[in-house]
Amino acid sequence: MTTLETTKPAEKKRDRYSAGVMEYRKMGYWQPDYEPKDTDVIALFRVTPQDGVDPIEASAAVAGESSTATWTVVWTDRLTACDKYRAKCYRVDPVPNTPGSWFAYIAYDLDLFENGSIANLSASIIGNVFGFKPLKALRLEDMRLPVAYVKTFDGPATGIVVERERLDKFGRPLLGATVKPKLGLSGRNYGRVVYEALKGGLDFTKDDENINSQPFMHWRDRFLYCMEAVNKAQASTGEIKGTYLNITAGTMEEMYERAEFAKQLGSTIVMIDLIIGYTAIQSMAKWARRNDMILHLHRAGHSTYTRQKSHGVSFRVITKWMRLAGVDHIHAGTVVGKLEGDPHTTKGYYDLCREDFVPQNLAHGIFFDQDWASTRKLMPVASGGIHAGQMHQLIDLLGEDVVLQFGGGTIGHPMGIQAGAIANRVALEAMILARNEGRDIVNEGPEILKTASRHCLPLKQALDTWKDVTFNYTSTDTPDFVPQVTAAE
Amino acid sequence: MRLTQGAFSFLPDLTDEQIAKQVQYCIDKGWAVNIEFTDDPHPRNTYWEMWGMPMFDVRDAAGVLFELNECRKAHAGHNYIRVSAFDSTHTWESLRLSFITDRPAEEPGFALERQEVDGRAIRYTTRSYAALRPEGTRY
Repeated sequence: MTTLETTKPAEKKRDRYSAGVMEYRKMGYWQPDYEPKDTDVIALFRVTPQDGVDPIEASAAVAGESSTATWTVVWTDRLTACDKYRAKCYRVDPVPNTPGSWFAYIAYDLDLFENGSIANLSASIIGNVFGFKPLKALRLEDMRLPVAYVKTFDGPATGIVVERERLDKFGRPLLGATVKPKLGLSGRNYGRVVYEALKGGLDFTKDDENINSQPFMHWRDRFLYCMEAVNKAQASTGEIKGTYLNITAGTMEEMYERAEFAKQLGSTIVMIDLIIGYTAIQSMAKWARRNDMILHLHRAGHSTYTRQKSHGVSFRVITKWMRLAGVDHIHAGTVVGKLEGDPHTTKGYYDLCREDFVPQNLAHGIFFDQDWASTRKLMPVASGGIHAGQMHQLIDLLGEDVVLQFGGGTIGHPMGIQAGAIANRVALEAMILARNEGRDIVNEGPEILKTASRHCLPLKQALDTWKDVTFNYTSTDTPDFVPQVTAAE
Repeated sequence: MRLTQGAFSFLPDLTDEQIAKQVQYCIDKGWAVNIEFTDDPHPRNTYWEMWGMPMFDVRDAAGVLFELNECRKAHAGHNYIRVSAFDSTHTWESLRLSFITDRPAEEPGFALERQEVDGRAIRYTTRSYAALRPEGTRY
């Protein structure tokens, strides 16, 4: 790090506040000696400066522009306890194997943030600085949220443990399916898919992110037919069932109306999309808490800013914000399915959802210890291009506190939707039984499935249909600190 | 119908050897295994009757299987019996595994009653055919 000589902040007040333009690093935004307090919010940015811009000056500028600074010196700083409010960049490291990019650690005093507001937290940290001209690109990689701030949020309305208690389902992943085709079904036809899938053996079905209230199916029709399907499946199996009724709409008033109707019909769960915005998400989480409702979040739109490593916001940060905001389910990747997901990075997201204390783990992209201080656990959801033949891989990679969503992998079964659901449930139970018996499911998985299919024709048909289908592409968002292996094989 | 509550209801009924392996898995994790039975398997009947207390100090699955067999002598044939495991770890403090080991020879299932209310809304009630009879005479 020979290029990173340390420059001390301006020593004298008079020098610091002379009118004009001054380097950010000299304005107090670069403090290499600073030791972050336990109550500081810490952000880790991947900074890619424009050619010729010094990485420390660029990082100090990020600290400045995400806290108190503007482009020039202002005397009004001197009316405030500005040393406290200034964000402090205290460490800048080169990104391994990535010339021109740097990891900047920036500490923010707790007083910079409003209690219990993701809107305020995000407006502060990512509000302005991502368009700053001296930077080619900028990415918010991770944040350390101090317990003092975590405790100002309610966290998940229900959480994994209480969700399981309410559903009376323990010791295995939950099974779901997204209704397909996602557009065009009438309410009556849509409910048919829900009924068949739930009766067959799934725990949940799900609206897709863009199922709201379109000409082919108005929302009330969908809710009414879906609840008929849920109740009928529940009575025919003696098991609690649910369907995520998507209440995403154009206004909060409309969303509350849909949520109330879902509650009135006895639904155990409602669903929102990430694109409704942080404040709307927090409002719905408060509503879910008041109304004993599980709240499912579809991460619609996230890949526009999470996928590319050079610029945007990492999904691990979004995961942390959503656990604070108070949703109960979040789509967090499948590794083996059709959507982006490196196994190590995905493991990091899952830990952030489910653990009470997540230690630093650079190989999983976790830069800071994160203490959740008993904030309830967020159920990760694996959805997109997965099927029964991958059950051993899914359980090995994702564990048991997860919702496995087999949409095509249920509805596309050659003998119909119920058969598809049975295949998935039998594969799941057989694999959990085997794992608990101490068998090596990663290596014996295919054999375990084959044996289970001897008493289950639908499973045999599923295995024959999808055989070894995998989506084996290189991930774009991978950890910087280990050589990567792509999961599917 | 076949009641599909519990973790392994889609598999053929577990043998005692299979049950013992699951129980030992739970014990090795430090969880307390508990036996419960009921003749009211309504999906929202949370509190089945406890066959004694959770076995906090039993280290060998054989001890649990002994109790399971005692419970079977008293209740099998006209009750469901399930085995559950409690984890007292902070931030969990609930069940980790639950599965049915015994079920009545015949499972008549549930009726779905629909009460038409305002507009097109319907109030649903799930009613167990067996539970229409008094406790103890249901299966």
